[in-house]
Amino acid sequence: MAHDFSDPKGPYAHVAEFETPEHLMEAADAARRAGFTKMDAYSPFPIHGLSEAIGFRDTKVPWTVFSFGLIGATVGYTLQWYTSVFDYPMNVGGRPLNSIPAFFPIMYESTILFAAFSAAIGMFVYNRLPKPYHPIFNAKNFERASQDRFFLALEVVDPKFDASTFEKISKESGALEVSEVEL
Amino acid sequence: MAQVKINDLLITGDQTYASIDNSVGRLVLDQKIHKKPWFIMFAIGILGTGLLGVSIAWLLFQGIGIWGNNVPSAWGFDIINFVWWIGIGHAGTLISAILLLLRQQWRNSINRFAEAMTIFAVMCAGLYPLLHTGRPWNAYWLFPYTNILAMWPQFRSPLMWDVFAVSTYFSVSAVFWFVGLIPDFATLRDKSTNRIGKVIFAILSMGWRGSNQHWHRYEQMYLLLAGLSTPLVLSVHSIVSFDFAVSIVPGWNVTVFPPYFVAGAVFAGFAMVITFALPIRKLYKLEHLITDRHMDWMAKILLATGLIVFYGYILEIFFSWYSGNFYEYKLLINTRFTGPYSWAYWMLIFCNGIVPQLFWIQKFRVNPVSLMIVCQAVSVGMWLERFVIIPMSLTNNYLPSSDKMYYPSFWDFAMFLGTMGLFIFLMFLFIRFLPIINIFEVKDLLFKMGGKREIVEEATPAEVK
Repeated sequence: MAHDFSDPKGPYAHVAEFETPEHLMEAADAARRAGFTKMDAYSPFPIHGLSEAIGFRDTKVPWTVFSFGLIGATVGYTLQWYTSVFDYPMNVGGRPLNSIPAFFPIMYESTILFAAFSAAIGMFVYNRLPKPYHPIFNAKNFERASQDRFFLALEVVDPKFDASTFEKISKESGALEVSEVEL
Repeated sequence: MAQVKINDLLITGDQTYASIDNSVGRLVLDQKIHKKPWFIMFAIGILGTGLLGVSIAWLLFQGIGIWGNNVPSAWGFDIINFVWWIGIGHAGTLISAILLLLRQQWRNSINRFAEAMTIFAVMCAGLYPLLHTGRPWNAYWLFPYTNILAMWPQFRSPLMWDVFAVSTYFSVSAVFWFVGLIPDFATLRDKSTNRIGKVIFAILSMGWRGSNQHWHRYEQMYLLLAGLSTPLVLSVHSIVSFDFAVSIVPGWNVTVFPPYFVAGAVFAGFAMVITFALPIRKLYKLEHLITDRHMDWMAKILLATGLIVFYGYILEIFFSWYSGNFYEYKLLINTRFTGPYSWAYWMLIFCNGIVPQLFWIQKFRVNPVSLMIVCQAVSVGMWLERFVIIPMSLTNNYLPSSDKMYYPSFWDFAMFLGTMGLFIFLMFLFIRFLPIINIFEVKDLLFKMGGKREIVEEATPAEVK
């Protein structure tokens, strides 16, 4: 189920604001236990264990990097093999045309080049960035999510969405404020 | 041994997330904070960059005959400075990647700065081989592209490996640096009070909102980039050393070169990090984030890598005798120990072998004056190391009839000073317009220290403030 963006005034999520990462972790954990799934947390720095607390797991980036590393190695070696053995064979000091040890450094560099770029580009693509506008930016005090406050958002599209339960869980974990965010 | 009282914590004072934002963010957001010292350094940078521009223009007009290079010494200042600069760059990758993998959290407050240094140093380094080709407008010939001559580059040559290694290194370092900046751009976007700042940082932050899902993938990517950069940085300087080690020139054909070059690179790089970090933390009052503890540890790494380099010098002496090769032995005795350039060799031993030994004493590892003196000695020493390797081996080769002295010309020095100017120019632009300390990682460190403060104190016997 997706958000109905045709109604720009519709609700997007309910957002709880916390003062410390510990409070956020506690609330995220409790909310996941309550059965909420469409949740996201916002923090100024990565908090280890928060993904587990929210119930988020993703290994697309590592697999992409691994695949592109293999592609890079293949491209690097094939380039050298094609040019030095097939297309332009030349005897250099009696070395074999397919001089594997001499081809190794460039193969290695191209592996790293492909893998590193796929890591960065993959991160952007899977995170759907750049994205200049997002409804969460409408949340109250949200400019502090990049500074010193921690937020937990429960989206209204959650199948078990229940504003009062979410507010209760958040307040029990020490939320400063719980508010509704519009699209 | 006398223990000097040094501050043991990585972040000192009563800091909060907001105070870290302010102490780093104000350098960018409050432009009035940059006063006279900034303008003086920036002016020096601009003058140097101008000198670089003039020397490049004259070089392109006249050709590389304006340099001191000759036959047999076809490699001179251009290659010395290339290796020197690229070595300096390596400390940045070491700090940001290797120390991340080793979970050395103290790197968090110096990594941004060191990564910027890497990028600027590699830019300075890249200029030299480019201009040494004589016709830099044809530099694309170095890359494999389909051309009308149906020719391909010679992939068995270490110089070709160098092209790939250095260009990969530069692009991967730039990516690593940029993705590291994104969460900080978001912080600056949200802190900025004027419209222009907000718009610029909003664009640069790419809409970063600190979502947990984003952080999750971001952390995976960051760790992978660190894992990829670590072998990359080792390979880059190994490949630079192959430029020499694969040849048969006396003094170059040595198997110890790759590890010894890598250690030398880290050695020179840390010296440059300290050289810039000391005045900047003083000028912008960042002592609570770049503490004496950091200086102490960087000085220890400097000492350790210095010892590896010194071990390399001893091995060179040993192997020139043990190899039984007459030309290796002749190089050592007639060119390094005695002869017209022997001052450079003995200066090198003094700067890289003797002076850093001061760092065995803790007092010298935290005192700004002694740190500065040792780091300058190391920078000079590492430059001399490349001088000893390059012209000294080339001017005294196999045939006595082709022996010829190498004298650098005015333009050699002008261009060297010019690249230093370019480096200063870029560094000071960076200090003014980008966050010089990784804000989100320092906050992460502060968060972790909150729970572990007592353990940190217990683990170190030195007195704690």
